[in-house]
Amino acid sequence: MKAGHLMKAFFTRTYGQLGRSGTVAAVFLAVVLLVALAAPLVAPADPNQANLLDAYAGPSGSHLLGADGIGRDILSRLIYGSRTSLLGPALVVGVALLIGIPLALAASWYGGLVDGVVARIFDLVYALPGLLLAVLTVALFGPGLTPAVVALSIAYIPFLARIVRAAARQQRVSPYVDALAVQGFGAVRITVRHILRNIMPVVVGQAAIAFGYALLDLASLSYLGLAVQAPTPDWGVMVSDSDALLKGYWLPVIAPGVLIVLTVLALTVLGARISGEKPPGYLRRARRQRTAPAAVGAAESNDKTPVGAAR
Amino acid sequence: MGRLLLHRLGGLLTTLFLSSILIFGSLYLAPGSPENVLFGNRMPSPAVRAAVRHRLHLDQPLPVRYWDWLTGVVHGDLGTSMVTGQPVADRIGAGLGNTLLLVLMTMVLVVVLGMGMGLAAALLPGRVDGAVSALTSVSVTVPPFVASALLISVFAVKAGWFPASGIGDGLGGKLDGLVLPAVAMAVISCGFLARVTRNAVREQLEREHVQTALVRGLPRTTVLRSHVLRNAMPPIITAIGLLTAGTFASTLVVESAFAVPGIGQLTIQSVAQKDFPVVQAVALMLVAAFVLCNAASDLIQALVDPRLREAGSSS
Repeated sequence: MKAGHLMKAFFTRTYGQLGRSGTVAAVFLAVVLLVALAAPLVAPADPNQANLLDAYAGPSGSHLLGADGIGRDILSRLIYGSRTSLLGPALVVGVALLIGIPLALAASWYGGLVDGVVARIFDLVYALPGLLLAVLTVALFGPGLTPAVVALSIAYIPFLARIVRAAARQQRVSPYVDALAVQGFGAVRITVRHILRNIMPVVVGQAAIAFGYALLDLASLSYLGLAVQAPTPDWGVMVSDSDALLKGYWLPVIAPGVLIVLTVLALTVLGARISGEKPPGYLRRARRQRTAPAAVGAAESNDKTPVGAAR
Repeated sequence: MGRLLLHRLGGLLTTLFLSSILIFGSLYLAPGSPENVLFGNRMPSPAVRAAVRHRLHLDQPLPVRYWDWLTGVVHGDLGTSMVTGQPVADRIGAGLGNTLLLVLMTMVLVVVLGMGMGLAAALLPGRVDGAVSALTSVSVTVPPFVASALLISVFAVKAGWFPASGIGDGLGGKLDGLVLPAVAMAVISCGFLARVTRNAVREQLEREHVQTALVRGLPRTTVLRSHVLRNAMPPIITAIGLLTAGTFASTLVVESAFAVPGIGQLTIQSVAQKDFPVVQAVALMLVAAFVLCNAASDLIQALVDPRLREAGSSS
């Protein structure tokens, strides 16, 4: 009874913070993650077990979502595919955060020359599309998940670091930072223990959104045959089954596609809710608390020109 | 204005130069020697190997090769494909028109639909706004390759309205074959542009000068045109520039999905075949397209907004 009570309290709190759409997204992602972790327990069949008698079988009791061209169970392939499909983006976002956050914090803390140099490098990398960078890396090192992940990690550093830098910059000029500095605390302690903690929602939220985009990019690469390789179950690889598509069997192709869209949708919705802003994250110029849409017409005290900030 | 133009041109050439070094250098640091592509599984004698290396100028130091390549590129000679033996310029020339047409079609769709939806959402709060918001939240998560699969399944295989792969002859055939690829790329970009447009226009609608103009009795259309839209343009133009650049990157995926003979498909094929001269040239072209899009959006902004023009010339 006590556990139930705690669960209820936990749920109410999450619901209050994330709202209805955020909670639905969080629950969906939790289910996907659990299924990926427990794939061998959940999957009804071996994802690579071919059975030509079942080729293009429709949904039935033995194959809940049907089978593909060589009779492999689609549901099992989706379940096992969630492992590679989620592992890649997780690595990309992890590496990008690990390198991007220290750079962004240093840039926001020291300002001046350090900030200028870091911003320049970020701009240069940002100018290259991540997909092109990944394709070039694959041209160098051959197809595979590792080169794709390395290339996308580099491409995603500026994406995250620019947002962290902007948020940390706002904290940098607030009085509490000056107060801490006057008390003699060092730069590392203030940035990591105070500034970083204060901007944590933004970091986590944007990381979730970046996770979604990285998932799309990696799935695109796997679709092209440049990242995860064919027999391995992966959502992107499954969508590339153009044979099935042209023969009119749409389920083996559309099911992983829909799963990709739903997962990324959940990630962007959740990320936007956590960082407390309306998406899209990187095309918005300034973070501003927007109240209800009813505020249209109510004069806001807003005297900044919109032009200078556009970049 | 002239100084802004010069400034941007300088930056553009610097970026292109740096990325050409990066692309040229990195491709020759790759494991495995380039001439192995020609030999395949055969084991040539050292003399043959040396002769081939000499013919491909692989026996010269990297800076010399880079200089030769760069002077060639400036004179319009992009090298020779190692797989087909054709000049790279010919292979690119064959696909460039298709890719440019595809990007143009996509961007026309994106600008018309995206801005239309964004404006509708901004000007009609309530139900229209909610519907557009829901639609865009979903559409920004539909990647071009999933959209391609859906479109092929519905409009090519089931309905049979458009070809599932390849494009026809003549302008009509090309347009017919490029409709589905263009729509596949437009889905995600439309969502982005609609959001940016909605937010930018909303922001302007809330401003005091707009309220004042309305209270003074100016016609709504006039206020909308010269007060709201003019001020809302800069972020929208930036977004269109970014999205055009992103569309060039998406052609890699979509042209492969629909077997459109263009630059994107050529890139993926060349990467798979390790045809380095083609990969180099195409990668450089895609980077150039990317940089040009961003520079163009800056310049158009300066044309639209006199304040930026002054800021640009003083820096």
